[in-house]
Amino acid sequence: MDKGARALIAARKHGQAGAGTALWLAGALVLGSVAALLIGPYPLGLVEALSVLTGRDTAGQAETVLLAIRLPRVAASLLVGAALAAAGACYQTIFRNPLVSPDILGVSAGAGLGAVLGIFLSLPVAAIQLLGFAGGLGAVALVGFVAAAVKTGDRTLVLVLAGVVVGALAGAATSLLKVLADPYDQLPAITFWLLGSLAGVKAADLMPAAPVVAAGLVPLVLLRWRINVLALGDEEARALGVEAGRLRLTVILCATLITASVVAVAGVVGWVGLVIPHIARMLVGPGFGRLLPAAALLGAGYMLAVDTLARTISAAEVPLGILTAVVGAPFFLWLLARGRRAWA
Amino acid sequence: MTVETRDLAIGYPGREVGSGITLAAGPGAVLFLLGPNGSGKTTLFRTQLGLIPARGGQVLLEGRPLDRLSRAEVAQRVAYVPQAHAPPFAWSAFEVVLMGRTARLGLFSQPGEADREAARAALERLRIGDLAEADYTRLSGGQRQLVLVARALAQETPALIMDEPTASLDFGNQALVLREIAGLAADGLTVILSTHDPDHAFAVGTDVALLHEGRVKATGPPAAALTEEALSAVYGVDVRVERLADGRTVCVPSLSRQGESQRTDPASDRS
Repeated sequence: MDKGARALIAARKHGQAGAGTALWLAGALVLGSVAALLIGPYPLGLVEALSVLTGRDTAGQAETVLLAIRLPRVAASLLVGAALAAAGACYQTIFRNPLVSPDILGVSAGAGLGAVLGIFLSLPVAAIQLLGFAGGLGAVALVGFVAAAVKTGDRTLVLVLAGVVVGALAGAATSLLKVLADPYDQLPAITFWLLGSLAGVKAADLMPAAPVVAAGLVPLVLLRWRINVLALGDEEARALGVEAGRLRLTVILCATLITASVVAVAGVVGWVGLVIPHIARMLVGPGFGRLLPAAALLGAGYMLAVDTLARTISAAEVPLGILTAVVGAPFFLWLLARGRRAWA
Repeated sequence: MTVETRDLAIGYPGREVGSGITLAAGPGAVLFLLGPNGSGKTTLFRTQLGLIPARGGQVLLEGRPLDRLSRAEVAQRVAYVPQAHAPPFAWSAFEVVLMGRTARLGLFSQPGEADREAARAALERLRIGDLAEADYTRLSGGQRQLVLVARALAQETPALIMDEPTASLDFGNQALVLREIAGLAADGLTVILSTHDPDHAFAVGTDVALLHEGRVKATGPPAAALTEEALSAVYGVDVRVERLADGRTVCVPSLSRQGESQRTDPASDRS
């Protein structure tokens, strides 16, 4: 067999490995979701759950637990995990740095400030979510303006530093609101929100977020080949025919939209957008076309597992941010210990 | 395709690197750029590709001003081989070569079987087909350079700009790449490249431009432009140009020091 034919076979195998991994992950996700629907303080059997879903059992507690509480919550965990991991994969690729998370341009800090302001003003839940969404977008827009105003130097570095500055300012404002907040009523709510939680999430909360996430994902999927090329760096991408500046702006816009809309629903959940894209890259390689779906599926599965733990390991809800950090931080350290090769 | 610069001034905001650069390379030409480190070769290439704006003058691709062309239009005309570098993610060498096809794809398209075929052919042409599935980040500097040359070939442009494509190659691969360059020019392509080895220009160059401190000191066919006097003046060492019995020309630098006044070696200023 000549070299060309061997390369052809190897390349095909590579592509199939990506598709196979995605299929395998999707299957595991479906099984995991079914399991998560049954697990909880009010355990449900598979038969019982099926009779509720098919409409045969329309009265009683099982229906309330399954349809009003668990189904929205499972759906929310899948959405939030997929969105954060997908956004993380985008940010890591375009910033050419595997240590980047979706928070790098201040979206979480901005969303945090917006939502905390909503809680501080005792606004209804929908308004708090809207403020969180607007805060996230506002922070990144501010970063963009600052970076555009600074003409000199490395554009990426300026962008990242502006993100650090805006994030710090938003964090300071959030802290001020915490000091001023009512310590018995508002402060626990603020603290819980800043650590992230899906407790009490309703179908109505997901209705605005899900379409925005979907709308943000579409351009990313369509542009996946070019986003891959952008990871070579601006200069090479431009020499290969990619309008690097415009493409980066598009990716940042989409990834920010995705992140802000789920942070508005779930609060600030750290580590998912940083760690999950790493694992996805280990499974399917760095090609963005395979990385994006793999990261989204893995993120959804990870969040499903973490949220199921959060509502079952103790009588009180455990904030998601605590669990993702407990799992994510040691894993990250392990990645660092394995060295640069592990990022591949 | 003719790549032309007219009275080009190159550099960065607040820092001019060179000026008055007028060069042209047409189909079949192999234009070698020679000059000491820091003489502005890479800056000139980046300007010719529109990666940085010209500070003055014009770059013309087939008579059309560069700044009127979109990035994709430029990439369909000129391929660039940058100096080898380490990217942050471990694509396979095949994927890196496949990226050369980007300018031929629609905004939302993925590379198809024809693109894969072109990428494989480019790898085979440089005899690195067996590296196709290797992690690009694990390759040696020379192997990476060959992959980048393959990527430029996969781009299938009428012109190529190569920044020291032989710099980290072993003796055999240098000859391989030079032979490929001569072959591409024979097929009617325009090749502009830089090198630190004047012998390469003598071997396959149709034209040379000797760059010194951002200005063209000499230009023309290698035998006319690369004289012992010109090379000695630009590089600051005595250079002998010898013709071998088989008609080839080689350059040999003298290892004894030239007059100190002519030599501007920044390394010797450090203590």
